[in-house]
Amino acid sequence: MNTFQLDGEEIPFEPGQTVIQAALAAGHYIPHLCYHPEFVPHGSCRLCTVRADGRPTAACTLPAQPGLKVESETEELNDLRRTLVQMLFAEGNHFCPSCEKSGNCVLQALGYDLGVLTAGFRHFFLDRPVDASHPDILLDFNRCVLCKLCVRASEEVDGKGVFSLAGRGIQRRLIVSAESGRLADTDVAVTDKAVEVCPVGVILRKRVGFRVPIGRRRYDLRPIRAQALEDAPRRPEHRHE
Amino acid sequence: MTDLVNIPSASLETATQPENLRRVAIDPLTRVEGHGKVTLLLDEHDRVHQVRLHIVEFRGFERFIQGRPYWEVPVMVQRLCGICPVSHHLAAAKALDVIVGARTLTPTAEKVRRLMHYGQILQSHALHFFHLASPDLLFGFDSDASRRNLVAVAQAYPDIIRKGVLLRKFGQEVIRVTAGKRIHGTGAIPGGVNKNVSRAERDALLTDIYQVIAWSREAVALARQLYEQDPALYGEFGTIRAHQLCLVRADGAMDLYHGGLRARTADGETLFDHVDYARYWEHILEEVKPWSYMKFPFLRALGPEQGWYRVGPLARVSLCDTIPTPFADHARREFLAYADGVAARATLGTHWARMIEMLHAAEVIKELLHDPDIHGEALVVQGERAERGVGVIEAPRGTLIHHYRVNEDDVVTRCNLIVSTTHNNQALNESIRQVARRYLDGRRLTEGLLNHIEVAIRAFDPCLSCATHALGQMPLAVELVDAAGQTVDRITRDVPTAC
Repeated sequence: MNTFQLDGEEIPFEPGQTVIQAALAAGHYIPHLCYHPEFVPHGSCRLCTVRADGRPTAACTLPAQPGLKVESETEELNDLRRTLVQMLFAEGNHFCPSCEKSGNCVLQALGYDLGVLTAGFRHFFLDRPVDASHPDILLDFNRCVLCKLCVRASEEVDGKGVFSLAGRGIQRRLIVSAESGRLADTDVAVTDKAVEVCPVGVILRKRVGFRVPIGRRRYDLRPIRAQALEDAPRRPEHRHE
Repeated sequence: MTDLVNIPSASLETATQPENLRRVAIDPLTRVEGHGKVTLLLDEHDRVHQVRLHIVEFRGFERFIQGRPYWEVPVMVQRLCGICPVSHHLAAAKALDVIVGARTLTPTAEKVRRLMHYGQILQSHALHFFHLASPDLLFGFDSDASRRNLVAVAQAYPDIIRKGVLLRKFGQEVIRVTAGKRIHGTGAIPGGVNKNVSRAERDALLTDIYQVIAWSREAVALARQLYEQDPALYGEFGTIRAHQLCLVRADGAMDLYHGGLRARTADGETLFDHVDYARYWEHILEEVKPWSYMKFPFLRALGPEQGWYRVGPLARVSLCDTIPTPFADHARREFLAYADGVAARATLGTHWARMIEMLHAAEVIKELLHDPDIHGEALVVQGERAERGVGVIEAPRGTLIHHYRVNEDDVVTRCNLIVSTTHNNQALNESIRQVARRYLDGRRLTEGLLNHIEVAIRAFDPCLSCATHALGQMPLAVELVDAAGQTVDRITRDVPTAC
């Protein structure tokens, strides 16, 4: 079987696998946010940035190649990842203490994993009212990290195209496919994959927040590093085409 | 004109001619996660003409909870406070029970919430008495300032402080088991709770509960002993004639989690009894004064001038017909009988009453730990939605009112909170005016005299006592400013880094 090196260790891979797929399957965690094994890699959050033969690149979009030398667990890369997470926190309104996603949130779990101890940047404190128009689903735009997982899930799995990202640069934002701009006027359903897949507290089932007690939430049980490895082998893998 | 200035007004709330007086500011006092200050106006003979407790900070919770989904509220609003977050957590949850149509909770939910609340009462009362008030009470109000802190008390009275710390630790553990965390948990949700108490958790708490009850009885005895050291001082210091308000159970017994509102005048006349708190505004109104951000609630029947009142341990122990646990009720009867009821009217008698409540909390916790309902699986109920909900609870510092309106999209559109210290606003002002009149009037300002003001404030254990008392280091900056605006004298103490 072909192998590449990850932090000095030989990682086996099958043809078509990306570096992150092969690494996770082999029990090696590379921090990531917008990567999800069920969807086409998006390569936007850059948290999975590694040095491949010295060149920084996203591990989720990089095809594994024989003999490739990949660095991931380095101080330099984790500093960069920590900074990216701090920037995501600064760009949104992430009040973990009162957020129902706390303990189940990928962004929060990454903050812990990467040792984010301070804000690092001045918060934007944007005014982003929630969209509570749908009877079963709440949209809290304050917490969007633009990972596009809901967009991909709604298009690829649900076949609906409910969600989209609009605007450019700092104006980039999540919108829904209704002329009114209200979620209630879309055909989204609470059972949609797009609702389930949100890694942060943006797309939420209504009236069930805080039902899971502290101590039994996803990342209470094991940190994201261990949880991702636990999840990886069981997930159907998406091959990089 | 000079004669007028030289006659302080009887109320000391507003000086007749403030422009000719010098201003002394105790700034900042601090409250829980906030700040306040005391200002005094004095003439050239150090006569006190005006005393005011100002709460200078604006928290904004009532505004920024608007627009948020209702199920977030119990978790968000508890951030008002780091000492008694459970009180806000539960008051909000009770209000939202009404909104989700949970008219009667499951036995498990009701009892787990009660366990959480009495754990809170225990830890908060222990914190106040041992960590915060004990330096004043054990060493004296004008003792050496360098000794008025927890470390010095721990050196002089190690056994007392050790028990105090362990009592608080036990209360915090009860909260952790029921809410998921010692501070800022998530246990109460609209319509119930998100966890029961496992048998292993129960067994761990049962190991210590009998010791906790024994130590709580010792604490009641200590509070009485301190009072008896100088009954004349304790009986009159900061003491005011106040109407009183609290929740009582349907049979008139003390119930700190739920009940109807009872109010009595300073003369003991019942103004109202067993009032459904869902319509609290028919009996309690709020007045705004230009010199404080804290509102002044008053009993509607008596009007804004005469209708101010006191809430908290002294009101509760005095107003209830009985305490439904044996040791605490015995202590209540002794307290009420002491010196023909003088202690039960005294501001400093509040410490004694507080320890009686701590003992009651320990006894209730023991009863609940032996109740199999706390292990039940039915945790949440819901029914017909309502637009408005009011939740009231007896927090450690007194009656706490949460009032919400939620729209059909599940979003909060209105929020009104009347917290314990707000109820006590005028009572606190009256108490420090009494102290100023008795101890400061006509005397040169000293640190020890300043501490007399603090001692009166601390008796109420207001929210501002959190950082005020942090290890005995009340952050103070006191300035004497003459009529021309020149600073004549200044005394400062460092502000603690955390509360």
